Amino acid sequence: MRYSALKILAEGLTGNKGWRPIWRQPEPKAEYDVVIVGGGGHGLSTAYYLAKTFGITKVAVLEKGWLGSGNIGRNTTIIRSNYLLPGNEPFYELSLKLWEGLEQDFNYNAMISQRGIVNLFHSDPQRDAYVRRGNAMRMAGADAELLDREALGKLCPYLDFDNARFPIKGGLLQARGGTVRHDAVAWGYARGADSRGVDLIQNCEVTGFLMNKGVCEGVETSRGTIRAKKVAVCVAGSSSRVMSQAGLRLPIESHVLQAFVSEGLKPVLPGVITFGAGHFYVSQSDKGGLVFGGDIDGYNSYAQRGNLPVVEDVCEGGMAIMPMIGRARLLRMWGGVMDMSMDGSPFIDKTPISGLYFNGGWCYGGFKATPASGYCYAHLLAKDEPHPTAREYRLDRFRRGHMIDEKGSGAQPNLH
Amino acid sequence: MIIDHPLLGPRDAAEFVYLGDASLIERPDWQAEDAAERFHDYLYLRDNPAGEHQELWYHEQGDRSWLVVTRDTLTHEILKVELASDVARARGRRK
Repeated sequence: MRYSALKILAEGLTGNKGWRPIWRQPEPKAEYDVVIVGGGGHGLSTAYYLAKTFGITKVAVLEKGWLGSGNIGRNTTIIRSNYLLPGNEPFYELSLKLWEGLEQDFNYNAMISQRGIVNLFHSDPQRDAYVRRGNAMRMAGADAELLDREALGKLCPYLDFDNARFPIKGGLLQARGGTVRHDAVAWGYARGADSRGVDLIQNCEVTGFLMNKGVCEGVETSRGTIRAKKVAVCVAGSSSRVMSQAGLRLPIESHVLQAFVSEGLKPVLPGVITFGAGHFYVSQSDKGGLVFGGDIDGYNSYAQRGNLPVVEDVCEGGMAIMPMIGRARLLRMWGGVMDMSMDGSPFIDKTPISGLYFNGGWCYGGFKATPASGYCYAHLLAKDEPHPTAREYRLDRFRRGHMIDEKGSGAQPNLH
Repeated sequence: MIIDHPLLGPRDAAEFVYLGDASLIERPDWQAEDAAERFHDYLYLRDNPAGEHQELWYHEQGDRSWLVVTRDTLTHEILKVELASDVARARGRRK
């Protein structure tokens, strides 16, 4: 079924009786060309691009819970491509370009809103660093604009420009950045994959890998054995747990990241705003709630909930740049489990085990990467060679000394 | 989280800095034949278990001791707290 304004009108006039579930509930088959472990945003987009772009449709997505039950539904919905390093920036720019055409591509309303993202700077050296970053972005085909205090004041007059400790001197604007309705991304990809013949199998936990002489030939699951020519793991947050079943240790720690929503307020924020002297980022949802977050809690956790010191730290960051939010009440807060890698950058790669592929280590930047991650992973699975924008995301980069460390903070996952 | 410091008693986790897996105590022998490989594994690879986890916490806003905390990563429950120097000595290190 193709969605359109005409379809809504026609259904509205006939009692909305024609809508159908947007994916099937298939039983797992005995064998597939590709089995994707993990039915989150990245797994579903991988299945979608495998079927649509690379013509591989004998594909199953295995999900332990329900589709989109992990971090695709737990993030702060921001999309952007404001990275610095050549290993990262072309990849994230590819992702932003895919976001821009996504709704038309998969015929689903993901509420993609390019309302802009501003990174504030608070000192002259930080301004210089943002000029450099903006130039790196533009060299990779992205957009970037440096706003001085006056231009920023027109955009966001309520910022605490004369804060004694962290005066706001301007910002780096990426106008093409913005926000997306995150769950709809999972649903849109799921619908697009399902309609092209991909089996989306929920409540199906992978309990082990089928190994034969060092080759991965499928998976053992809670719903039986499923054989596959290629097994593609895509379970960020639980990567270490799943890959340990294949005997692999990863350069990853799992950490908890919290996010927050305030009560609904009148429209006040034009786009996304980030604090340059602490860690705080905020946008306003279409319902009016301020959606914000900050640092990870900083210790290994699979608990999907955090602790109060970080709540305080995040709120202090918010108060430092926009004291007006001090009266807003917090409505909800939640936590998600992040794959924090050793250099803050992700992996899309083959593993040392033939037939087994790995996608993970997204730290807390996985949501914006959803389209490109799926596209590049599908490229790797279909052609057995990395997509040009993702060729640095190798598992052995630490051994070779080719880290992609945006912050330059070294092999310390809780600092990225 | 409250960390029950062996010398100072219960302290708020916010006073501490977290380093990571307590396997970092066991630095490989730099003169070994395969030292480069062993340092790669030591520095970059982690078990990252869901459940009981031994980890290093530094009491930066306290007595500046290193602790080995055994904590459940699924519930955040702290099961055991030891001085890292005691743990290292028990494993045969001189200091």
